[in-house]
Formats: sequence, C-alpha cells, structure tokens
Amino acid sequence: MSVLIAYRRRASALHATRATIGTAYGVALATAALIVQHPFVLAGLLAGLLVAGSSCGALREMGRTLRVVALPILILTVLVNVLVSRGGLTVFARLGYFGPLGQMNLTLEAALYGLLVGVRLLIVMLAAVLVSSAVDPDELLRSLRRIYPSSALAATVATRLIPVLARDSERLADAQRCRPDGGPGGARARLGILRAVVAGSLDRSLDVAATLEVRGYGSGGRPARLHRALSRHDLHFALAALATIAAAVATRASGVAAFNVYPLLRFSVGAGAVLSALLIPALALAPFLDRRGIAP
Amino acid sequence: MSVLELERLSYRYPGAAAAALSDVSLAVEPGEFCLLAGLSASGKSTLVRAACGLVPHFHGGDFSGRVTVVGLDTREHGPAAIGALAGTVFQDPETQVVMGTVRAELALGLENLGRSPASVARSIEEVALALALAPLLDRSTHELSGGELQRVALAAALAPRPRLVLLDEPTSQLDPVAGDELIWLLRRLNQEWDTAVLLIEHRLERCLAAADRVIVLDRGRVVSDADPGTFLQWAADASPPLQTPAARMFTNLGLTPAPVGVRQARGTLRARGLLEACEPERADGAAEAGPGALLRRSRLRAPSLRRSGKRPDEAPALAMHAVWHELRDGPSILRGVDFSLDAGERVALLGRNGAGKSTLLRHAAGLLAPTRGRVERGGRVALLLQNPNDYFLHERVREEASAPALERANLSALGERHPRDLSGGERQRLALAIVTDSERPPAVLALDEPTRGMDRGAKDALAGWLAERRADGTAVIVATHDVEFAATLAERVLLLADGRLIADASAGEVLCGGWYFTTETARILDGAEQALLPADGQAVIQRRIDRTGAPSLSATERTSRPGVLR
Repeated sequence: MSVLIAYRRRASALHATRATIGTAYGVALATAALIVQHPFVLAGLLAGLLVAGSSCGALREMGRTLRVVALPILILTVLVNVLVSRGGLTVFARLGYFGPLGQMNLTLEAALYGLLVGVRLLIVMLAAVLVSSAVDPDELLRSLRRIYPSSALAATVATRLIPVLARDSERLADAQRCRPDGGPGGARARLGILRAVVAGSLDRSLDVAATLEVRGYGSGGRPARLHRALSRHDLHFALAALATIAAAVATRASGVAAFNVYPLLRFSVGAGAVLSALLIPALALAPFLDRRGIAP
Repeated sequence: MSVLELERLSYRYPGAAAAALSDVSLAVEPGEFCLLAGLSASGKSTLVRAACGLVPHFHGGDFSGRVTVVGLDTREHGPAAIGALAGTVFQDPETQVVMGTVRAELALGLENLGRSPASVARSIEEVALALALAPLLDRSTHELSGGELQRVALAAALAPRPRLVLLDEPTSQLDPVAGDELIWLLRRLNQEWDTAVLLIEHRLERCLAAADRVIVLDRGRVVSDADPGTFLQWAADASPPLQTPAARMFTNLGLTPAPVGVRQARGTLRARGLLEACEPERADGAAEAGPGALLRRSRLRAPSLRRSGKRPDEAPALAMHAVWHELRDGPSILRGVDFSLDAGERVALLGRNGAGKSTLLRHAAGLLAPTRGRVERGGRVALLLQNPNDYFLHERVREEASAPALERANLSALGERHPRDLSGGERQRLALAIVTDSERPPAVLALDEPTRGMDRGAKDALAGWLAERRADGTAVIVATHDVEFAATLAERVLLLADGRLIADASAGEVLCGGWYFTTETARILDGAEQALLPADGQAVIQRRIDRTGAPSLSATERTSRPGVLR
C-alpha cells in the first residue's frame, strides 16, 4: 500500500520531470540491473538508487520496502536456489539422498547465483519505489487515459480507494480500542475489522462511482494532448535513461565485467569492471546535480 | 427556461417500503438561491440526486414524473450529460475526491467534458483562486483534511461553470468561519454569474439571509415553498424545529417580522429602541481584549472549580499537563495544551478545521501518546469518534452492546436489526451504548463532531441525554463546529487554534461578542448579558422592553403565520 500512495510533490529534480520520462528513467535503472551481472556493477547500481532515493526524499519508503519485502524475497531466492540448483562444484553441505530429489548437495555457486538474482529483484523493487515516490500517478494515468480511458481511470480510482480504505481500517481499529473492554483482541479482532472494512468498501465504491458519474465520466471524453515544452529536467533524465541502458549494454557486450557462476565462480576484477561500476550509477545520478527550478 | 424543473416527481428506492419523494413539483429559475430544508429523512438528498440524474440512472427504483435540467430530461440523459450543466457536491468529502492530486481532481470533470487544455488550465486557476485553493493545487488529496477536501469537491463542481449547483450539506465538516465563507462564496457566484443554487443545510441560520427562497420537504412532499421571511412565519406554527434561533426568539417575544438574519434582527430591535441599550454592556465585556485574555482571566478565576463546587484537592476526571503532539517530519498538532475537567462538567471544544480538536480527544482517550507532557485520567475516557459506523462489527444490534446499555440508549426494540440499517440518530445512540457499556459509568465521555447531519430535534435530544450524564458524575467534552449546539450543551468552552488552547472560560465569556465562534442570539445582542440561546435573549429583550417602556406588541404582530405553498 505504501508503494502506491508514496507520491508527494517534493523539491527534487526527478519530481520536476514529467511523469512519462520519470517512469522511463525508473524502468531504465531496473532494466540495467537485469542486463548486467557483475556484483560490482550491481552494487554500484544499488548505491546509485539509494542516492537517488535520498535526493527525492524516498529513502524512508525504500528502507521500508527493503525491510518488509525485498530482503525476505532475497533470502527466499537464495534458499530456493541453493536447494534446487544442481549446478556448482564447490559443495559446502551434503544433505544426503532425498528420494525423487536425489542427492542434495548445497553449493557455494548456487548460493551466489541466488544472491545475484535476489539483488537484481531488489534493485527492480527499489526502482519501482523511486518511481512511485517521485512520479505523479495522476499525470501518468492521464497520459494512459488518452489511450485506455476506462482502464486508466479504474486504476486511478483504485489507487485513490487504497488510502481511503487504509484510513477506514485505522479508524475502525481505533473505534474498537474505544470499547470499554478494549474490543476483541488478536486474529478475531482483525477479522472483524477486515469484514467491516470490506462491507464499508462497498458503500465507499458506490459513493465514488456516483461522484464519477456526476463528474461526467460516462460522457466518454478523453483528455486532450498537452503541448508542454521539454524542461531541462525532462531532457536530463531522458538522456540519463538512455545513457544508463547504453552503458549497461556496452558493459555486457564488451565482456569487461564478465561474471560466470557455474560451474565455478569466475569474474573479472579489472579496471573495466570497476569503471563500469562507477560509470553506470554516475550517469544515472548526473541529472540530480542540476537543482534549478525544482521547487514545487 | 427554468434551470431545474420537477413535475409530479415520485420516487422509491429499490426494496424500500415507502416512497422517498411523493408528487414533488417545483421549478428553480436562473440565478435563484434556493434552500432545501426539512427534518432528517425528509427526502432532501434524494431530491438532489434526482436533480443530478443519479435517480433513477444510478440508484434504480420506481420513478415517475419528470425532471428537466436546463431543458434536458433526466429520463433520457444520464448523470454525465447532466453534469455538464449541474455541478453536485455531496456530504462526504472523502468519497467525492477521485484523483490523487488537487489539480488532477479539478481537471477531471473538465477533461470529461472535452474542454481544451487551455480552457482546463484557465478554469483550474480561476476556481482555485476563488476558493483559496491555489496553495493546495499540487498537494496529494490523501493528505488533505475533511474541510480542505470539501472545498476541493466544491471547486471540482464549480470549475465547469455550471448553470445550477446542487449541494448536500456542504458545510457539515467546516468550521464556522469556513462555513460562512462558503455560503457567501456561493452567494457571490450566484449574483455575479447568475448560477442557480440548490442548497441543503440543517443550520438554517447560517444561510437563510443569503437565500431567495426556502423549499421545505416533509416525508417526501413539499410542504412549504416561500421566501425566507414567509418561511419563518410558516415554520413558527407548522415546524418549529426548522426555526432559526433568531426567529424563535422573536416569535416568543411576539416581535415581527421574524428575522432572516442578524442584520434584520438588529434593525428591528434598533427601530424599537431595544438595541442601543446594550452598547455600554458590550463595552464592559470587551474591557480586557486581545489574544489570551480569556485564557488568563479564566485561569485566574479557576471557573471549573467554582462551578462544580468541588474541593481543590479532588482529582479531576481528566487533566492534560503541557501536552504536545509533534509529528515526525511534520508540524506540531498540539502545543502545550493544559487544562482539567471536573466530574460532571460539560465542556465544548471549538476551533477551526485542523486546530487539533480530534487529536486532543484521542489523547484524552489514550489512543495517542503525547510526545511531551502528561495526561491524567480519573477513570475511563469513552470516546465517540465522528463516524458511528466505525464501531459496528456484528450483524445484529444486540450483539454490539449489552442489554442494559441498549436499554439506556432506548434501542432494546431494535436488537434484531442490522446496525447499518438503523437511522443516523439510532446509529449514534448505538455507538454511544457501545462506548459506555460498562458497569461503572466512564469518568469522561468525549464526542467528536456528534451533530453532523442532525436536525435540531436530534441535537436537542442528544444534548439532553448528555446533560443526564451529570447524575453519574461523568464529565462530557464535545468537539464541535456547531456553536448553537455548544451553547446548548456546555457550561465551559475551550477554544483551540493551531494546537494551542487560546481560551478556556465559561460558555458565556467565550461565545459572546465574537463574529464567528458565537451564536446568532449573541450576535444580535452583541453579547449583552452573555445571552447565547433564544430563551436567554428573549429574557434580555423582555427586560429592556420593561425598562425602556418600548412600544407594546400589537395584536397583529402576535397573530397569523401563514403556511405558504407555491
């Protein structure tokens, strides 16, 4: 839920960028993480994302996502890969024979590959948090409404209802605490509140639908195309997105940051890998240096 | 051509036993400012929903008769088409705002109408300036307060410059200042743009002076349709709960005409030589002025201790000692609040939207912990939050509270009903039964905006029920925007501003002599003798009549108050 409602207009270069380019920038960072494999480069990208999040005031949301979602997924990915993967030669534990699963040997390479996949997922998630924190969802959905009016508006209303229902559930929980006995506790209380929120959400949805009706939603009008000149931040972030992708592709294609896990771990630690690890995040972060006209 | 015309409209909601509207015929002309009055469940909201096309297109049900909006028949044109001509604002601001930011919300209706980007941008700028929303344009809607959301909803309705504006209690969540501003903004739009307004409002004293006409519904039928003055004459006999406080005071004194506003009331009193006599009294009352004067004065006199006759060493029912509530990365909501509440005291908590009233009550009940300071409770603090529905978790009323609690709330007969099927007043009584459902009565009963959407009868009943809690020793503290209700209920008033307690004194001291946080009676009499309610004002004027020998009331002034049906 926090991911969906994190947007607040703040003084940052990414906030000052139009929604489509801001989203493309986030997608570029996530894509770069899927292109490159080398741990140095991934670490650089991760650090770059955290710096970008800090510049946008999204560090707290990122921290929460890391704690609640990303780290558990990373641990799960490592565990599953260690147990499932048959690759790798460096065995660190022999679990014996497990019927149809056969001989279970846990290898260092499988653990590292799981970690690599987990870190990539983590970077993708943090890029999503960055976008949801710094890109105006209304502006983005407005662009989509020109193409898919009904779906985009439904998405808008859904994102609007989420905080409303979240507030409803907080109020219901508070109301239960106001009962003389403090209200029913534990799972029973949570179930009761959930049931009440669901029942209330039907009323809420009807009210929102009525509002949409009187606002002319059924008339089928589509927002007109806005002719806005590209701002300096639009240009900078568009270039940064392209440059980041290009650098990631070049790194992968050139083999300067080669990384092989199976059957034995092999990766380069030369100047090329270090340069890539520094260059890619530097390109991604460069637009944040320009702080002209970023205030809301 | 009328902007709104209803011809023999009858309507029944799906599955309902009784009709919500019966044979309603009326017309609203361009530029008219019409007030739609009536007790709770009289069909006012249904009429507004019929006027904007939601009835029958959205709600279904049995519909007969004809409704036309600027010539469009609502049977043939749905709410979207009607929406281009009539802007609608409903009661609950939370569900009237659809988009994520204020700017997008204002743009939505305009874009749906197919306006050009330049037109959309200009309309947003204009309406934002008119409603003082410019600083909020880029704010997220989920960060806004209820009052701010209501202004955004109104702006969204006004942005397309509709020919007719339909408003269902738009001021119910607004403080007295914002409520008055909204009414006068509507009046200005109505006068300058010729926009017709159809407004539902329970607090008639707030808007009667601005209205051209008052339409009264009773059980789905129009029972009066007249200018405000004639309506007041009619209400005196036919429906006293609809009278404004000033009209009640004048009627009881036999003075005519029943005033539609403070200005007319003062004019009538001045003409009879009954107003000037109060000027010296006001001067006395205003001897110590300026911010904090009431706070200083009240603390010096310790009024609560004197009033309740309590020993100084007796523990208070509730005490706050320099309570602060400071948000992380945000503002301070409460700033050193310091007060105490004695057993059996009845206190009103006033302040504008966002002043910190709800937060203060949550601290009182222990739902929040102060970031600094201390809250001392003499027993349990029962808190009734704004929405009674929040308390209901079960399928039947009898499962929500014990039998004695339901009996105290006069709900024993409704034990098998679903809580959400109860009327507004019954729901609130059930919520009160839930929070007070214990063997020992609570030390404090705190209520947050309990009169929202209530008619005067229901408010009086609530005030009476709360007054009876004194017998149990329960102190009552009510956060409200309804100054008339505060004056009816409370013996002491706390006034909050930006989280600071700026006044803590008797109701008479705080509510007399102001512009907004004051009653209609006090406005008329300039706070003379601290008269807040019509009965007090009546006594003051009667004494002046006796003292000054003002002309006695003629027989015609005491007689006929015709009911009018246009």
